[in-house]
Amino acid sequence: MKSHVWRPLFVVLAVIALVLVARKFLVPSDFGIGARGYMYGWHRAGNEQQWKEVKVKYKTARYCMECHREKYDEIKGSPHANINCENCHGPALNHPDDPRSLTIDRSRELCARCHFRLPYPGSDRGRIRGIDPKTHNPGLDCVACHWPHDPRKEGHKR
Amino acid sequence: MISRRSFCKKTLLIAGGLAIPLSALELFDPKRLLAEKDEKGARWVFLVDTQKCVGCGYCVKGCKVENEVPYDANVTRTWVERYIITKDGKTHIDSPKGARDGFPNKGIDIGHGKLEEIRDEEIDKAFFVPKLCNQCDNPPCVQVCPVGATYQTADGVVLVDREWCIGCGYCIMGCPYGVRFFHPVYRVAEKCNFCYHRIIKGMQTACVDTCAFGARRVGNLRDPDDPVTKVIMTQRVNVLKEEYGTKPQVFYLGLTKEVK
Repeated sequence: MKSHVWRPLFVVLAVIALVLVARKFLVPSDFGIGARGYMYGWHRAGNEQQWKEVKVKYKTARYCMECHREKYDEIKGSPHANINCENCHGPALNHPDDPRSLTIDRSRELCARCHFRLPYPGSDRGRIRGIDPKTHNPGLDCVACHWPHDPRKEGHKR
Repeated sequence: MISRRSFCKKTLLIAGGLAIPLSALELFDPKRLLAEKDEKGARWVFLVDTQKCVGCGYCVKGCKVENEVPYDANVTRTWVERYIITKDGKTHIDSPKGARDGFPNKGIDIGHGKLEEIRDEEIDKAFFVPKLCNQCDNPPCVQVCPVGATYQTADGVVLVDREWCIGCGYCIMGCPYGVRFFHPVYRVAEKCNFCYHRIIKGMQTACVDTCAFGARRVGNLRDPDDPVTKVIMTQRVNVLKEEYGTKPQVFYLGLTKEVK
């Protein structure tokens, strides 16, 4: 058969070869079918490790307890026992090395997250003792009168 | 010329051959058999108690910080919705800033900085519903990804490969729960992954650790002694948008028909 008949076939073969070579270089070697098969598991396996290495920022109250035992015991023995240190003190990160000290959120808005009175039936929010921040001593920090580590005690002077 | 006898014989042979399913011809694959026999490892699931949630939004704050989602951008991996069902049968839903700062107003946020005031006497039911990725058993967001940048791990968590995502947004459109969004910094698809870096270390997710009321819990469905598994197996739990066939793995206690 004449060569012009074969020519398109060679072109197609060359394109296929080019794609295969490019694929070899562009697709990471660990790309493949994971545990969930083609439909849900087609991925680059190394990415799982990347996600596992994300830094933990919230270290939980247990971490704080190692140095601040008396503070931990105080709040865990109070009606605020359910609140973790980092909710108000911010994430521990690598404290005490970095940051050296944590920024404490003493704002009224922080307390109002739970103690702004919303009388909702069907939600435990309705059972939390609450106030209206607009009328309850506006402008004053809550911690002036209420000690957050144990709300049964008087507030602290700063 | 084909005889009647040989025609019948051949027809039966072909029909019989077609009836043998492909799977019957497949040789034993030891890896697959092992996988089907004993599914070792975890299957992470989530349990939300809508009665216990008070809408403080600490979970949203904790999640944003832990997972480096820009704090002031109006995107979040998890959020809390407020449902107020009034006596006239209307359902009012809002989630100001995803409840990052809780719910600082009694009025319902109807957008453009406006609030719709609802008097306490008008309320029939009112409650909060935390939302997060359902880590579906049939994740539609994974199916639609054209490049294999999003996938499900063996323990059921759906992850996004930030280096491989091309930002086409199919997954964001494909998720019926609206949990996916574009990360404003990385400019790729972003979603809740049950704090994968925490749960594989035996920790709780950031939202579970910041929740002061036990409204959120994460557990391993393959561990029959896991307290979360026990609740899911014995209590009246429900899931969101079951009709989509996605098999969501975030279970809710106290869900009502108004919750979408």
